[in-house]
Amino acid sequence: MNPKDFQAIYVLWLRQMKRFLRIKSWVLSTIIQPLFFLFILGFGFNIAVFPNMEGSYINYLAPGIIAMAILFSSMFTGVSVLWDRQSGFLQEVLVAPVSRLSIVIGRTFGGATIALFQGFLIMFIAIFLGVPLAGFEGFLLTVLIMVLLSFTAVGFGLIVASKMRDFEQFQSIMSLILMPLLFLSSLFFPITESLPRWLQILSYCNPLFYMVDGIRGSFTGANYVIDPLINLGIISILCIVIMGLGTYFFHKSEA
Amino acid sequence: MDIIVTDNLTKTFDGCTAVDHIQFSVKEGEIFGFLGPNGAGKTTTIKMLTTLLYPTGGSASIAGFDILKERAKVRENIGVVFQEPALDTELTCRENLDFHARMYGLSSEIRKKRIIEVLTLVDLLDKKDVIVKNYSGGMKRRLEIARGLMHSPRVLFLDEPTLGLDAQTRRAIWDYIKKLNEDENTTIFLTTHYMDEADFLCHRIGIIHHGKILVMNAVDILKKSVGNDVITLSCSDCHVLQKRLEKEPWIGQVTPHGSFITLGVERGEEKIPVIFDIARAVNVTISSIDVRKPTLDDVFLYYTGRRMREQTPEAPVNKRTKPSGFRLRWRKE
Repeated sequence: MNPKDFQAIYVLWLRQMKRFLRIKSWVLSTIIQPLFFLFILGFGFNIAVFPNMEGSYINYLAPGIIAMAILFSSMFTGVSVLWDRQSGFLQEVLVAPVSRLSIVIGRTFGGATIALFQGFLIMFIAIFLGVPLAGFEGFLLTVLIMVLLSFTAVGFGLIVASKMRDFEQFQSIMSLILMPLLFLSSLFFPITESLPRWLQILSYCNPLFYMVDGIRGSFTGANYVIDPLINLGIISILCIVIMGLGTYFFHKSEA
Repeated sequence: MDIIVTDNLTKTFDGCTAVDHIQFSVKEGEIFGFLGPNGAGKTTTIKMLTTLLYPTGGSASIAGFDILKERAKVRENIGVVFQEPALDTELTCRENLDFHARMYGLSSEIRKKRIIEVLTLVDLLDKKDVIVKNYSGGMKRRLEIARGLMHSPRVLFLDEPTLGLDAQTRRAIWDYIKKLNEDENTTIFLTTHYMDEADFLCHRIGIIHHGKILVMNAVDILKKSVGNDVITLSCSDCHVLQKRLEKEPWIGQVTPHGSFITLGVERGEEKIPVIFDIARAVNVTISSIDVRKPTLDDVFLYYTGRRMREQTPEAPVNKRTKPSGFRLRWRKE
């Protein structure tokens, strides 16, 4: 990489920040949508008693909502390559004399910034609502997993976008892939207590499970299945593989 | 020096050949036009030359750099104005240019200086802080041309630069293109399906049809290759006169257009009295007559029309007995 590539990364990041701040409905939905989940689901299920669950339901739910918000936001950034392709702007980016890797990195940083902004926002609201924090190390580990989750989701979005040519496909992919991933991620309920054996196995095949479990384990220090540090290792490997594939597919796709 | 050289450049999409072994070169400082109907392979050629599509076969070089092996070097030397708009409409005009300049690694002072220069050239300086989604089609087009010039490329590719614009804006853009070519000595490669545009701007043109280059030469030489003046005349009974004129060996082609006839001849001015004599002999009155030089339109029909005949099995018979009629039938399609 040469200095030109760093300038390209910066300007690609800057463009996404400007777009984000200028599209008011985007900013608004970014802030409000996860709050719906947190408040309505959180308070709605607060009276329910899950066996072997430490603390109230909202303590269980909040880390999952952070993960979900980052996942949606980052995936959207990856997939928004499709928007750029349809509007023609992708050609302008691809014809520029910068390395393809710096284009991917610029977009990833842009998406991650927005996603992390959203993640932190929910985190602070959760703390404000009384969700306990498991110490400073736990906080740092949570941030690290949030960053890795964001990069992974952007990479996944890039893979999806390079295979799609229109928005209808995007809709069906979203409901076909994203919904099962979310429901099997232990985001809303503990999978070890309720799900039959075969669905539990599917959960362990779900990358999102390790992300949600990792954030839960490091943030609240309770109700986790796998040790947060082991989760971190699994997530790091996933992130590298998915980002690598995303870059490869982006390279291969023609404008 | 040849700044663009292609070598059997080919692109196929799912078995359909869009660009078929084309071979051409463009000299430095030239305005070269690719003229052809929609779907002839013009945009595909530009996309391959600008590294946006991988050729299926063959290769090309731009400013001495191979489009397959030295893609980054090629990108540094070119500017592209795409057929479809390629602006970020959520950004302002200045931000779009700034984005572009940074992607091309221009320093801060050069960025500021060039933004003012190119916006002055396309007359958008006073609108530079307006968000692009509020721009009209013509303004967007001008901004895209300005952006293509930001980094002073050696070769500028323009894909249908005036598609869908009004006459006044087209004229203004033509003037910018000419001025740019003269002032900055930028080589310009443009595609168009407007004959007048190619005629006004290009030093040399290539006619492309079904992915193949049919002919390539200087505009003047191409016009002369049609080989004659065009006489247009309107008269009382065109049919009778047409039948009579077709017997004259010095008339290249007779084409009826309803109430008037066009004739392809040599030294048109001298033939007018002869035509009047013939008309009087068959009792037809000529109400108006006009001699003009052939246009690119005539050139285009001449070459693509001939192409059509070669591909039609029964063509030789038609060609011998009634060449003009056959050409007319194609023209109407």
